[in-house]
Amino acid sequence: MQLEAMYQEVILDHYRNPLHKGLREPFEGEAHHVNPTCGDEVTLRVHLDGEGQDATVADVSYDAMGCSISQASASVMSDLIIGKSVKEAMAVGEEFLALMQSRGQDVEPDEDVLEDAIAFAGVSKYPARIKCALLAWMAWKDATARALGEAS
Amino acid sequence: MSEANRGAGGVVPPQGQGMNLLPEELKKDFPLLRRTVRGGRPLVYLDSGATSQKPVRVLDAEREFYERHNAAPHRGAHLLAEEATEAYENARVSIARFIGATPGEIVFTKNATEGINLVAYAMSNAATAGPEAERFAVGPGDEVVVSEMEHHANLVPWQQLCLRTGATLRWFGITDEGRLDLADLDELVNERTKIVALTHQSNVLGTVPPVERIVDRAHAVGALVLLDAAQSVPHQPVDVTALGADFLAFSGHKMLGPTGIGVLWGRSELLEAMPPFITGGSMIEVVRMEETTFMPPPQRFEAGVPMTAQAIGLGVACDYLAEIGMDRVHAHEEALVGYTLERLGEIPGVRVIGPGTTEARGGAVSFTVEDIHPHDVGQVLDELGVEVRVGHHCAWPICRRFGIPATTRATFYLYNTLGDIDALADAVRQAQKFFGTS
Repeated sequence: MQLEAMYQEVILDHYRNPLHKGLREPFEGEAHHVNPTCGDEVTLRVHLDGEGQDATVADVSYDAMGCSISQASASVMSDLIIGKSVKEAMAVGEEFLALMQSRGQDVEPDEDVLEDAIAFAGVSKYPARIKCALLAWMAWKDATARALGEAS
Repeated sequence: MSEANRGAGGVVPPQGQGMNLLPEELKKDFPLLRRTVRGGRPLVYLDSGATSQKPVRVLDAEREFYERHNAAPHRGAHLLAEEATEAYENARVSIARFIGATPGEIVFTKNATEGINLVAYAMSNAATAGPEAERFAVGPGDEVVVSEMEHHANLVPWQQLCLRTGATLRWFGITDEGRLDLADLDELVNERTKIVALTHQSNVLGTVPPVERIVDRAHAVGALVLLDAAQSVPHQPVDVTALGADFLAFSGHKMLGPTGIGVLWGRSELLEAMPPFITGGSMIEVVRMEETTFMPPPQRFEAGVPMTAQAIGLGVACDYLAEIGMDRVHAHEEALVGYTLERLGEIPGVRVIGPGTTEARGGAVSFTVEDIHPHDVGQVLDELGVEVRVGHHCAWPICRRFGIPATTRATFYLYNTLGDIDALADAVRQAQKFFGTS
């Protein structure tokens, strides 16, 4: 079945045992994103250490409601970018976006960059689910922009 | 009699004897239902509440119009224009007959959404439309009543009307069983109420509200009643004179017709007095640079070259449904809903959101599966060829009311079979197995 390609064990693990979940203080930026087609929601906070693009992502915390793909994606993402600089994290985000927009075509996802997030490659074949996988990433981008705006 | 309907009385379905099912041969009228999906699996289409599939006759009618008669109706004097006008107006006659109306009361719109917006915008245009339109005018102190179970199409236009005019939006709640809560009917619908806009069949819960009681109360206090009939006209016999409402809106594509065509029915004396929503060509009487006068209804509400082939397609769809008989379509779906409630009821962890019996209930069955998000349920179902809708179904407040993020929804039509429901129940069990919750 194609299902196993989409619901990789890594995804199901993150879904059942999400990392970094829960809203925490301190934070400089917060964003609330919804997927209006299905009602999935995420509230996400970013805590930065330092200023500008070189600041370190010290914490990403979130409260999310939604399907396994959106929940697992929030977990994978936060684990992936905490500890990176904003610049590095944005680059990871771009790589993930490219993977999601590949529609299952042969894009060679960079495992060194994406780590667990390459498990979402199967999701890109289902246009209706791409938004689920991207929800937390978009909220993170937004919250970070707000955090940087406040910092400057 | 249609091809599909021939011999209907003599064919006994393999399952469900004693149930009022239509013959399975009906499926043959719908070419799309023959296709396979996701690795060659037979298609089990359980999403007719979103849009229905089309019988060959409807497809042929549209094609024939474009191949032989295509011209802009109500314009020009050439032969093709005459034929196009006649076909367009004949469609209006078929549709009127289908709901017990007169053709002059049938306004063609893009869909039910546009029909509802037409009334809502006509009401805010009424302030500047002269004394005739006064009964439609709304302002501060006036109230508009909807319900918590409305499709966004029958909620947002009224929220917006209230924003534009300063009127107040109020609503009926939903009982735990998924019925309309009418406990405070007399308080909610009062002398300040200008219009009550209600679903005639919930697209999520399947609930059919007691229209007569609401119409009686609304009319007693001088309020208008609009019914969102997008889910009722396709699935049950509807006679507008018996219903007693003032406006009724529905979409063609949910009742075997094409997309891009819908109907607003209104009482003729109301349509006569109502100002237009969309203005432009073909809805005018006399145009001068200083001012314009408008045509009588229904033309007043049909600006621009209309959706001609689509209207013709919908007319044929109405004829097709009428030949089968809407009472039989309704009985068929009632049997399917009963069977669905039974089959889903056997599965531990499945909770139906909406009435648990077939009483005053149409063919939409929404449910949740414990510990599996509807999106994930839908994904497994889709993999098995079972196409349902997942999400909030454009009625987000219902999900909030029941404290759930979304539901999985199966909706039926005349071409569905008991076998389709067995496939649904099996697929739900598969989803539980896949996610390890059973």
